[in-house]
Amino acid sequence: MIGLNHYLILSGILFTIGLIGVLRRRNLLMLFFSTEIMLNAANVAFAAISNFYHDLSGQMFAFFIVAIAASEVAIGLGLLILVYKKENTLDLDDLASMKG
Amino acid sequence: MEGLVYIALFAPLVSSLFAGSFAMTSKKQFVGVISSFLLFTSFVASAILGYHVLATNEAIHVKLMDWIVAGDLNIPFGFIVDQVSVTMMFVVTLVSTVVHVYSIGYMDHDKSFNRFFSYLSAFVFSMLVLVMSDNFAGLFIGWEGVGVCSWLLIGFWYHKADVARDINPSISPSWAANEAFIMNRIADLGMLIGIFIIYWNVGSLQYDVVFNAIPNMTQIVLTTAAIALFIGAMGKSAQFPLHTWLTDAMEGPTPVSALIHAATMVTAGVFLVIRANPIFEVTPDVSYFIAALGTFVAFFAASMALVNRDLKRIIAFSTLSQLGYMFAAAGLGAYWIALFHLGAHAFFKALLFLGAGNVMHAMDGELDIFKMGGLKKKMRWTYMYMGLASLTLAGIPPLAGFFSKDAIIETAFNEGSLILWAMLVVTAGMTAFYSFRQVFLTFHGDERYHEFGIHPHEMYKYVLIGMSPLAILAVIAGFFKDGFNDFIIKILPNYQMSEHTHHLALYLGLIVLAVAVSGIVLAYIKYNKGLVRSEKTENSFIYKLLANQYYIPNLYEAVISKPYAELSKLMWKNVDMKIVDATVDGIAKVLYKSGDKSRGMQSGNLSNYLNWMAIGAIVLLVVAILSLVA
Repeated sequence: MIGLNHYLILSGILFTIGLIGVLRRRNLLMLFFSTEIMLNAANVAFAAISNFYHDLSGQMFAFFIVAIAASEVAIGLGLLILVYKKENTLDLDDLASMKG
Repeated sequence: MEGLVYIALFAPLVSSLFAGSFAMTSKKQFVGVISSFLLFTSFVASAILGYHVLATNEAIHVKLMDWIVAGDLNIPFGFIVDQVSVTMMFVVTLVSTVVHVYSIGYMDHDKSFNRFFSYLSAFVFSMLVLVMSDNFAGLFIGWEGVGVCSWLLIGFWYHKADVARDINPSISPSWAANEAFIMNRIADLGMLIGIFIIYWNVGSLQYDVVFNAIPNMTQIVLTTAAIALFIGAMGKSAQFPLHTWLTDAMEGPTPVSALIHAATMVTAGVFLVIRANPIFEVTPDVSYFIAALGTFVAFFAASMALVNRDLKRIIAFSTLSQLGYMFAAAGLGAYWIALFHLGAHAFFKALLFLGAGNVMHAMDGELDIFKMGGLKKKMRWTYMYMGLASLTLAGIPPLAGFFSKDAIIETAFNEGSLILWAMLVVTAGMTAFYSFRQVFLTFHGDERYHEFGIHPHEMYKYVLIGMSPLAILAVIAGFFKDGFNDFIIKILPNYQMSEHTHHLALYLGLIVLAVAVSGIVLAYIKYNKGLVRSEKTENSFIYKLLANQYYIPNLYEAVISKPYAELSKLMWKNVDMKIVDATVDGIAKVLYKSGDKSRGMQSGNLSNYLNWMAIGAIVLLVVAILSLVA
């Protein structure tokens, strides 16, 4: 039987994968994917807890997150294309121009 | 009448501000003229007020405004013009007016002419606040104002460099100014403590309230208050052991010396004792100490004047000595005689100083009387003025000094203090001797100044005429003794000689007179022909002791100044540099270093930033969890 814990563990694993991706990856596009993974990890947790408590507000939150993630991706990808056209690369180490 | 009080008080302030607004510009004759005129206005107002008080026997009490009102503490800015303060106002404004007129001539060639007048008038204003205030707080403000102005004026020629004590005993004007200021601060602490004690026990600083509350105070409180107040008076009036600043203050321009010694500043101490007489009246032990100290100072200062070679310093020592007389009178309960001597002394002492200024002007700044001689041919008027003032100082009848000084000596006899009486009589002889030693060495005998290539010349006419009111008063002031007695006893205790003394008065007066005349005769025999220096006398122990002021300045330097400087150096090097500065610098260094080290974080690389953000978030999470668990 699959219980709440399984979902939460899955969510945790997904979030960790996303976090490691954010920390380790150097490609800007991959960073985007990683953040999407983290968002969806949160979605899984919301949906599971919502079902567990028979409360719909968690699922509503998940929908909002999906909507916001979609719009964020639309803008983010647009910006990425512009960056790529300008710099010809998406590697963060090469984009470090604001050195303090 | 209220308007007149304000005119008398604020005319010098207006004068000071007016002259001050020209302080940075070149010499302007009209500044001196207008300042003198404003001072004269103040004098006229004081004289009218004096007449009013004399005619009506009523004190004028005005309240300018509330000054300090906090809780139970209520100190108004109030002024009282009664018999005592109006006498002081009359003397102060008269002498100050003459000094202002004199300064126009004396400071003629000084480039800081305008600044000088500004300070001079501020000095007079402070003194008027001091004498006119109706409470101890106002008196203290005037007291401090006088201190500041004296500092400004003694150090007026601040650009002069320091020299060794052997060449010039007062080292330099700025040194002398600092000495005067610091010594006065020491005494002012005593004064402040006295005022605090009074407030603590009475709850008010108004004179009338305080004096009415005296019966309710315990003897110990009164004695402590009297001692503390007298310490303040000792500083201002340069009584032993705080006397060294007075002779060093001769570094200031001569009109300042005249003002300090005659009208403002040093008489403030005597004034305080007279003003607070109800307190001293009920503390006989303190009063007797005042009388004894005064007598000692009179003798002590006169002895130092016997051998001094500096014209102005001799006069300064004589002031010290005469202040001793005033304190002796005040300490013995004869407050009105002290005040009378204060007034008479102000006239002839100002005259002496201004005369000395003329001589100094004529001799191109030379003050050594051994280098003068025979000046009477060149400076007839100055000779007359100084001779007259010296006769008055020596106490020759019928001049003012005879009446006032003789009354003091008689008081000492009347009180049965024969030791004090004998010392005061001897001092009178010494006074006569050193005054005329100085007169003869300066004006009589061979003309020694030729050797030094000096061509003396008399002072300007208007200056000499300006000095005449002082000369007239020095002659006639004594005749007003009985009138003054009737006037002043309305508020001061009436001190009268006993029957016994009254009978002997003539003989007592004759003794004093004989001693004084013999002093003059001795000076005449020794110095009239010219200067005869004897190696043997000058190398004797006593001569050296007196010439070096009993080595007291050296003692102060060795015991107080030098160790204090060493201690300051030690504290600077060890405590200040190693502890205080090190702490402050350490904090700055930690911040600077941490900033420098953490600068590397800002690499401009987004990935690094994200790593730091993740670390921060994890740390916050851990903290949050830990705080929830705990």
